[in-house]
Amino acid sequence: MDTQITLPTFDVERVRADFPILSRTVHERKGKPGKPLVYLDSAASAQKPRQVIDAMTRFLEEDYSNIHRGVHFLSQTATDQFEEARRKVARFLNAPSERNIVFTRSATEAVNLVAHSYGRTFLSEGDEIIVSVMEHHANIVPWQLLQMDKGIRIRVVPVDEHGVLDLNAYEDLLSDRTKLVAMTHCSNVLGTVTPAKLIARMAHERGVPVLFDGSQAAVHGVVDVQDIDADFYIMTGHKLYGPTGTGVLYGKYDLLKKMPPYQGGGDMIESVSFEGTTFKAPPARFEAGTPAITEVIGLGVALDYMESLGREAIAAHEHDLLQYATQQLSQIDGLRVYGTAPGKGPIISFTLEGVHPHDLGTIVDQYGVAVRVGRHCAEPLMERFGVGATARASFALYNTRAEADALVESVIAVKEFFGA
Amino acid sequence: MMDELRELYQEVILDHGKNPRNFRHPDDANREAKGENPMCGDRFMVYLKLKDGVVEDVAFQGRGCAISTASASMMTEVVKGKTEAEAKALFETFHDLCTKDDHDHGDHGPVDEDAMERLMVLSGVRQFPVRVKCATLAWHAMNAAIEGEDKASSE
Ligand SMILES: Cc1ncc(COP(=O)(O)O)c(C=O)c1O
Repeated sequence: MDTQITLPTFDVERVRADFPILSRTVHERKGKPGKPLVYLDSAASAQKPRQVIDAMTRFLEEDYSNIHRGVHFLSQTATDQFEEARRKVARFLNAPSERNIVFTRSATEAVNLVAHSYGRTFLSEGDEIIVSVMEHHANIVPWQLLQMDKGIRIRVVPVDEHGVLDLNAYEDLLSDRTKLVAMTHCSNVLGTVTPAKLIARMAHERGVPVLFDGSQAAVHGVVDVQDIDADFYIMTGHKLYGPTGTGVLYGKYDLLKKMPPYQGGGDMIESVSFEGTTFKAPPARFEAGTPAITEVIGLGVALDYMESLGREAIAAHEHDLLQYATQQLSQIDGLRVYGTAPGKGPIISFTLEGVHPHDLGTIVDQYGVAVRVGRHCAEPLMERFGVGATARASFALYNTRAEADALVESVIAVKEFFGA
Repeated sequence: MMDELRELYQEVILDHGKNPRNFRHPDDANREAKGENPMCGDRFMVYLKLKDGVVEDVAFQGRGCAISTASASMMTEVVKGKTEAEAKALFETFHDLCTKDDHDHGDHGPVDEDAMERLMVLSGVRQFPVRVKCATLAWHAMNAAIEGEDKASSE
């Protein structure tokens, strides 16, 4: 017998055992057992591994205190752990230094921070910002607020019918008026991964900085902000298997240094007097008030957890699920998948002819299958594809092929139910 | 198929969902209001022809799920011919039907008991709280139209 080469395997059952919630059932009723949970809504928010839950509990039980403010023992312990989380985030993104990492409450807050601080300082009437049609509202509305304030223009790069970004259109939109590109790195609806490095290079040729919304991309692949040469890169902790209340803004230090504070308060000042207040250097400048200390530490542990499984192994596992589920779903008559870009992330948006996604969602839920239905905070994209809503199944490191099968079976049941 | 689902998606609802009645834009409508559910993207226009305080015609257009479409469709059937006060009483009573246990239903003045009997099929949404908005979407728009507003205020 030939000697077998053993590849490092991704043991999904062991991974699942790390997520307490995955063993629960849903819809138990008197005398009737519940259905096993099939959680396919991680693109909205991911479940948390025991490692994260335990680390937060331990911190609260043993080390909790406010940070950056005390000479006492606990405050220093807590500060050390908080700052260690910043280093972990920097490593996760391959940032040059932890000084590049600003903690926010969410991706949404991170975009608003840039729009407010960078946008209000460096953009003026007639300047243009380029976004894509597949942005999450979090990367549209902050720019619209800036538009109302400053009279800037928002230009929109379209996608083709597969959901691939139209790079020619992007090229055409770049001009002397362009002052910022704010683009998703992975669409939360179509799964399309945009060519970040190329997008950045094209903008940089004109001296235009680029912000990437990595809320989805950072979950499903390895992100290297230096290789991409991103000027700003944004993530949100709760999709990275970490807690809510944590967001990340990576920024090139030269840019961060030029930017005025976003909010004022404690922790971000050097000295305060009524004659004039001076601000700390970034990142502290952008972290006014007591942050989500426990949660940020939890986020650090979540990133450790992903690293321990191997981010490439995670991506490979998710890609297998994406392909398998797409193939199985595509066999259902009348099912249409939106977003078929090559190299896309593990997100499948679909509609079933004759059945509204909202009804589909309610019915598959009765089978224990959790999917998101609606417009996914991306109305312009829904318009682009001429649909009012879609159903969306998204896959994470803890999902299995059996769960993809459960999805398919439940969709078939929907079809039978509606005679569609 | 689970009982709860059968209860939510009764045959009548599936029928109205697929073949909505009064799905049109009447030329002589003198009131219209939009109802929108930002969560799922459902969007309806409800058109009324009001004359001397009576709903002479009522119709709707738009897109929505089976529940919201069926509810809109059935609404047009029961509201037609009612006075404004009767239509509003139906709205309030129907709203209670979708959201409250029987013994908590308020008194909204005299209502058409036959109509309420027919609308009972929609009471299944009570078991599905996130779907209540679907069942009441067009009704809110109808109520807004009677009050002379062009948009149902989102709750
Ligand atoms: C692509 C994208 N951007 C931004 C966000 C906003 O994230 P948050 O709500 O955590 O700020 C999300 C999540 O909903 C997303 O998918």
